[in-house]
Amino acid sequence: MPISLVVEGLSAKRGEDLIFHDISFVLSAGQALVVTGPNGSGKSTLLRVLAGLLTEESGTVRLQGISSDIGHPRELCHYLGHRNAMKRELTVAENLSFWKSFMGDSAGGFGIGIEAATEALGLGGISHLPFGYLSAGQQRRMAMAKLLVAYRPVWILDEPTAALDAKADRLFAGLVERHLGAGGIVVAATHQPLGVEARELRMTGFAGLAGELV
Amino acid sequence: MTSLFLRDLKLAMRAGGGALIGVLFFMTVVAVVPFAVGPDLNLLSRIGPAILWIGALLASLLGLDRLFQAEREDGSLDLMLMQETPLVLTVLVKCLAHWTATGLPLVIASPLLGLFMNMSEIAIGATMLTLLVGTPAITFIGATGAAVAVTLPRGGLLVSILVLPLAIPVLIFGISAAYAAVEDPAPFLPPLLMLVAITLFFAVIGPLAAALALRSSSD
Repeated sequence: MPISLVVEGLSAKRGEDLIFHDISFVLSAGQALVVTGPNGSGKSTLLRVLAGLLTEESGTVRLQGISSDIGHPRELCHYLGHRNAMKRELTVAENLSFWKSFMGDSAGGFGIGIEAATEALGLGGISHLPFGYLSAGQQRRMAMAKLLVAYRPVWILDEPTAALDAKADRLFAGLVERHLGAGGIVVAATHQPLGVEARELRMTGFAGLAGELV
Repeated sequence: MTSLFLRDLKLAMRAGGGALIGVLFFMTVVAVVPFAVGPDLNLLSRIGPAILWIGALLASLLGLDRLFQAEREDGSLDLMLMQETPLVLTVLVKCLAHWTATGLPLVIASPLLGLFMNMSEIAIGATMLTLLVGTPAITFIGATGAAVAVTLPRGGLLVSILVLPLAIPVLIFGISAAYAAVEDPAPFLPPLLMLVAITLFFAVIGPLAAALALRSSSD
């Protein structure tokens, strides 16, 4: 049974204020959701709640159609936040092989090898360099390679393509397309178009409170 | 989990990791003491175990605040919080790696510093043994402090203040065992076993508390 991400009546607070309120959507396998909205409208907060890094004020996040028991949906999610989660002192290969073995694969798929992952992001042959030596765009792409080395059905991406050039943008769109094609789910907050077929959730922020599903 | 252990060791060894900073600090503290108390060899050998223990305690506090803060700054902590692996286990492995990188060198350096303090072979051996048994407890206690202070930009001092009172039992039993080895009437084994018990106790409580603090500190 293909999986689906079910979000019901989700609301979250930052400090004392509700930053969004009563957001519901269902994403089934192969679907992507793009979260848009002005700065401060709660895009990142929504993604962090989905990733289980912030507790929701009310509502639920569930994954349906998974065979094995899991403690929390976050265990089946990749989260690519603003920060790359890579160590500057270690080489790219050391970083990636650590995450590959630390995260392991979720049921239903396998991560690809480290060289293959860097090739897929167009940066083959430089994985022996310390991560700190790379440019901002290269660092971002190497952080994306994490999505490939360990399999997770759900990708949660916060501004994934900031600092990327147009070519890398298309490359990444291809990766997202392939992940969706394999029955994955993608939730991305972005200002630029993601380059794939996706539904859109427009966050309105404090004024309207609720997000509007387009 | 082995990969996490090896990664943390590697990070500690690379530039800026600070594995050797602790040993250098330990050496500096102990080497300065004879200048302060004067060249009285009897006095030095009497206070030797205590000075070694205080030096080791302060040195092991040095890098503790970075234990989780470094992970948080680059976003790695988010990913660690999301995994199926229990967070307690992740914290425990991080503590073990931290101790291996910063605590174990202190234990290894202590005999040399014992010579600076004119300590006898037995006193040096006993102090080394108590340090080996006792310093992991400081790391486990420190992990809790580091987890509580993880979101604070200048958490280092706070970690030391939080950790030092809790580390006092470790200090008391460590030093009393070391003294018992050289002063005849006092028994050596009971304080050493108490020290082992304290370390085992904090090996359970420390990671649990740290994991709880990390979960609730997420932002």
